Amino acid sequence: MRHIISILIENESGALSRVAGLFSARGYNIESLTVAPTEDPSLSRMTLVTRGNDEIIEQITKQLNKLIDVVKLIDLAESEHIERELMLVKIKTTLESREEVRSMVDIFRGKIIDVTPSSYVVEMTGHSSKLDAFIHGCAADSIIEVVRSGPTGISRGEKGLHL
Amino acid sequence: MDINEVVYQTFFPAAGKIIILGGFFEGSILELSGGHILVQCLKDEGVEYVFGYPGGAVLHIYDAIFHQEDVKHILVRHEQGAAHAADAYARATGKPGVVLVTSGPGATNAVTGIATAYMDSIPLVILSGQVPSPVIGSDAFQEVDTVGITRPCVKHNFLVKDVNLLAETIKKAFYVATTGRPGPVLVDIPKDITDPNIKVPYHYPEKISMRSYNPVVSGHKGQIKKAVELLLSAKRPIIYSGGGVVLGEAHRELIELTRLLGFPITQTLMGLGAYPAPDPLFLGMLGMHGTYEANMAMHESDVILAVGARFDDRVTGKLTEFCPYAKIIHIDIDPASISKTVKVDIPIVGDVKPVLEQMLELIKAGNLKPDSEELKAWWDVIESWRQVDCLAYDRDSGLIKPQYVVEQLYQVTGGNAYVTSDVGQHQMYAAQFYHFNKPRRWINSGGLGTMGFGLPAAIGVKLAFPDADVACITGEASIQMCIQELSTALQYNTPVKIVNLNNRYMGMVRQWQEFSYQCRYSQSYMDTIPDFVKLAEAYGHVGIRVEQPEDVRGALEEAFSLKDRTVFLDFVTDRTENVYPMIEAGKAHHDMKLRVAPSAPLDRELS
Ligand SMILES: Cc1cc2nc3c(=O)[nH]c(=O)nc-3n(C[C@H](O)[C@H](O)[C@H](O)COP(=O)(O)OP(=O)(O)OC[C@H]3O[C@@H](n4cnc5c(N)ncnc54)[C@H](O)[C@@H]3O)c2cc1C
Ligand SMILES: Cc1ncc(C[n+]2csc(CCOP(=O)(O)OP(=O)(O)O)c2C)c(N)n1
Ligand SMILES: [Mg+2]
Repeated sequence: MRHIISILIENESGALSRVAGLFSARGYNIESLTVAPTEDPSLSRMTLVTRGNDEIIEQITKQLNKLIDVVKLIDLAESEHIERELMLVKIKTTLESREEVRSMVDIFRGKIIDVTPSSYVVEMTGHSSKLDAFIHGCAADSIIEVVRSGPTGISRGEKGLHL
Repeated sequence: MDINEVVYQTFFPAAGKIIILGGFFEGSILELSGGHILVQCLKDEGVEYVFGYPGGAVLHIYDAIFHQEDVKHILVRHEQGAAHAADAYARATGKPGVVLVTSGPGATNAVTGIATAYMDSIPLVILSGQVPSPVIGSDAFQEVDTVGITRPCVKHNFLVKDVNLLAETIKKAFYVATTGRPGPVLVDIPKDITDPNIKVPYHYPEKISMRSYNPVVSGHKGQIKKAVELLLSAKRPIIYSGGGVVLGEAHRELIELTRLLGFPITQTLMGLGAYPAPDPLFLGMLGMHGTYEANMAMHESDVILAVGARFDDRVTGKLTEFCPYAKIIHIDIDPASISKTVKVDIPIVGDVKPVLEQMLELIKAGNLKPDSEELKAWWDVIESWRQVDCLAYDRDSGLIKPQYVVEQLYQVTGGNAYVTSDVGQHQMYAAQFYHFNKPRRWINSGGLGTMGFGLPAAIGVKLAFPDADVACITGEASIQMCIQELSTALQYNTPVKIVNLNNRYMGMVRQWQEFSYQCRYSQSYMDTIPDFVKLAEAYGHVGIRVEQPEDVRGALEEAFSLKDRTVFLDFVTDRTENVYPMIEAGKAHHDMKLRVAPSAPLDRELS
């Protein structure tokens, strides 16, 4: 099953490689990983998407907790949560295709943030599956490049992952 | 000059400006360079010995060491030896071992020793020099990414970026290394951090807390209660204890609990000594080379109490057939050890000692007792397994049997020696035939299985306990991996006895090749084995070669009577001997390969 693990970790150099190293050394898979400092610059928040059965996920969370730099973590998949991913897509356009791309972007509530005579850059956020759907909807040969942040997430309700 | 200032000037001739704010030592602030701070931290931490080897990146530190005598430096001959010696010092004393190496090759040479300590959860603090901060990342002379290289084999590591944080970082290193599940912690120190010209106020924190690190201690009360209830309802119980009992200093509690319940107990290779081996409740070691009775009892048990043991694959054998009838209680300080390979029924995360204490209290306070009839029936079955006499070997052989040498060593030392070992058949004979009756006496590399561990380890132990008998049981292949430490043994006068079970083979490898590769002994022997007697003599020690069984006892007695000499005993043993019993890779506990011993009736069913 897919799990989203949200981690509060000391914002030390090397913290990221400890997490990445753990996954490669123990053969766990990482689908995506995002990281940035929080409102407290001494802490980083990491969101890691992985897959595995219950036993593997249990080991992953235990092993992550064992890292000295990890302050706290939760598995967002265990409760109600919100997930968002940011995507930037550069799309090749022709006079004929422009209208169609614009309406696609509207349907998916994206924004066109850069325009040239032959291309658009589209910005879109949402659940990863929505971003997948958008890409799927574009003509395959029209996509010049895709940049995705990987999902980040937060739990619903007033409880949160903080010190 | 203030009197305090005079005192400090005397103690620290190389120290800088001194600011005295209060009374004698209280509240005073001392300004020191990074090198002196490091040495002062070690003193304040109560460190007796540092095992190390100098080089460019640590010269400032070595200069600070030169100016004092409280922390004694042991100069090894190879950095691997430093790590093993410090590791064994820690295993024998329970105090953290300290290692000091230079950057680049100094650090990489230490890695095998660090990984060895990591796999067996041994508290070590490794101080490594690094190239100066400004040139890190430029492929500077003797630069390696030590933090990166060691990351997977340390509990934690630090790169010091500011001399003002040095003392606090050292405190954190000792704190992390020695608390929770112990392990090695490395502090990488760029050369500019120890610059003698940069002095900063020194303060060694007495206590430290880290928001990201809070190891658990006491176990969950409800879980402990459930565990006790399950134990008392067991019909075929067994206690399976491991290195965690040694690390957690809980042998007294383990002994009391085992005797109170009257349950059979088996121990892992790392647990040996916590429960006294000569005791009738002890079934011997379990696992790949464990006894028939221990493995059969595990297999047939209905309740297992696992204490500070981590269900290693050498212990469990084939996982899908591991202990099919048992409910398992598991006490471990590291949650990640629990249900890692084997699913357990009652996990208890906590330090063994307080958890066992709570169990004892509950059992004593309650009125439930183990069912004595069921237990008696269980013991009857176990006794029948014991009759198999799985460790029997040919005592009439004209060749020296390695088991016999270990038995004689046990007798000559009254069972009281510290025994270190290398890796191979000799290690298993030591585990099977030296009946350890105290914890911290059996010093070996279990998790990583590092050949070369034994000799430097013996030196580390002898430094810790100069009056104790220290023996290193080794093989002719293993001993050559750190043989250079014979020189260290002479320099620091650490008279250890090396018991070389010389079978002219990498016996353990040869045994696997005999069983699984139709005796194709590919590269498992060396044509050119040195003359160990001459070699010992060349290093300034005594060498004795023993070729006849009848000379074994006398040679051992002679070696131990030479109290102040390191003696290399080269026993020429039967080169065809194998370690039995053996659970071959991928097989289950009840599927053991046994020796068909001359003393055993041939028509019995083996499993
Ligand atoms: C050639 C060779 C053959 C071997 N054959 C065998 C064999 O036949 N049988 C065998 O048993 N081993 C054998 N080994 C050793 C094996 O590889 C493992 O090292 C060993 O089984 C692990 O022992 P352990 O389970 O006691 O764990 P250890 O490695 O000692 O780990 C200790 C456990 O206790 C926990 N712990 C630590 N401190 C505490 C505390 N204070 N409170 C609670 N828990 C704590 C830790 O978290 C960890 O889970 C062999 C090794 C070699 C090299
Ligand atoms: C550093 C290292 N390299 C290789 C091995 C694999 N290995 C395990 S036992 C062994 C042979 C040991 O031979 P010896 O020291 O003579 O002991 P014996 O088994 O003959 O008693 C080898 C090569 C190891 N454990 N460690
Ligand atoms: Mg050999």
